[in-house]
Amino acid sequence: MMKRDECLALLAARVREEAIVATYQAAFDWMRIAPRDLNYLSIGAMGLASSHGLGLALGRPDRRVIVLDGDGSLLMNLGSLATVAEAAPRNFVHLVCVNRAYEANGNHPLPAAERLDFAALARGAGIANTGTLATLDAFAAALDEILTAPGPVFRALEVAPGAPSPQDYAYIHGAETRARFKAAFARPIRTASP
Amino acid sequence: MTARGAEILAALKRARVEFVVALPDIVTSDALLWPLARDPQIRLVRVCKEDEGIGICAGLAVAGRRAVLLIQQTGLLDSINALRAVGVEYAQPIALMVGLQGKEAGVAPARSAKFAVRIVEPILDALGIAHVALESRADEALVGPAIERAYAESRPVCVLIGAPPEVSAP
Repeated sequence: MMKRDECLALLAARVREEAIVATYQAAFDWMRIAPRDLNYLSIGAMGLASSHGLGLALGRPDRRVIVLDGDGSLLMNLGSLATVAEAAPRNFVHLVCVNRAYEANGNHPLPAAERLDFAALARGAGIANTGTLATLDAFAAALDEILTAPGPVFRALEVAPGAPSPQDYAYIHGAETRARFKAAFARPIRTASP
Repeated sequence: MTARGAEILAALKRARVEFVVALPDIVTSDALLWPLARDPQIRLVRVCKEDEGIGICAGLAVAGRRAVLLIQQTGLLDSINALRAVGVEYAQPIALMVGLQGKEAGVAPARSAKFAVRIVEPILDALGIAHVALESRADEALVGPAIERAYAESRPVCVLIGAPPEVSAP
């Protein structure tokens, strides 16, 4: 099983103009690995990362939006899978870090922790491009598709916690963080130099 | 006379609303949601739970796009934490249109015999969320300013719809 921070570091090496919507432990790891203005962190908890990401994706179809969700978080908002399937934004990617525990709140196991198949849930909700990635090699090989395939794209990432990250809640909930994201998100997309 | 659905929809368009995020509500179903589902000018985003809509509307607002969340008061009550965090504490322009299912015609929401109606305005007051009541034709004029206020002040504003609006001929 891959470490979450090692997995996110591979993603961080490839993202450029993509907006990253991150929540819970994935957000703390991502802030440590890839601090940038295009990180949307003010989710308000209770599973709404995918919903914020959907709004961003619908509002700005030319910019790719990648949601870094948690498995406990997604369980609180499973209906969002069907909502995303119907809205079907081509610029929307949903990556779910699956560690089968409520890590942020004492590491208690999820209901049905060992039986849950998140890719199957996404497929059952109507998202066609789904899958599960359990190793760093598999994640690295999937990055091109994650970054370029028409969305919605869903991948469950089987991860274990890596190195601890600072839990900077003040930054996540800060008005300045939101203002910086909004300004960055509004900018025109820069194309790569030839 | 009862408010007209067509006039409410026209007010949304004049307020530059591009998206309506909705979960069906029996008060607004015939006069608002079905016409919206057929309207080519406004994109309807169907959700499974009302708090999803708070997140979607926030994301759209950050992207510079105007949206309205059209739900029933039961869904509003179910979404209080999202509204508290995203709408109030993050100061996002969440424009709500909420059908008051069960409210008696001509009775102010706070005086309704129905508990699920009577508590709505006090809860919005406790959250510091501005609200207006829409029931008659004279109230149609409240819709546009409520939406404009949400976006001008970047805060939630709620239009409480107290009776099924009149259905216009298709």
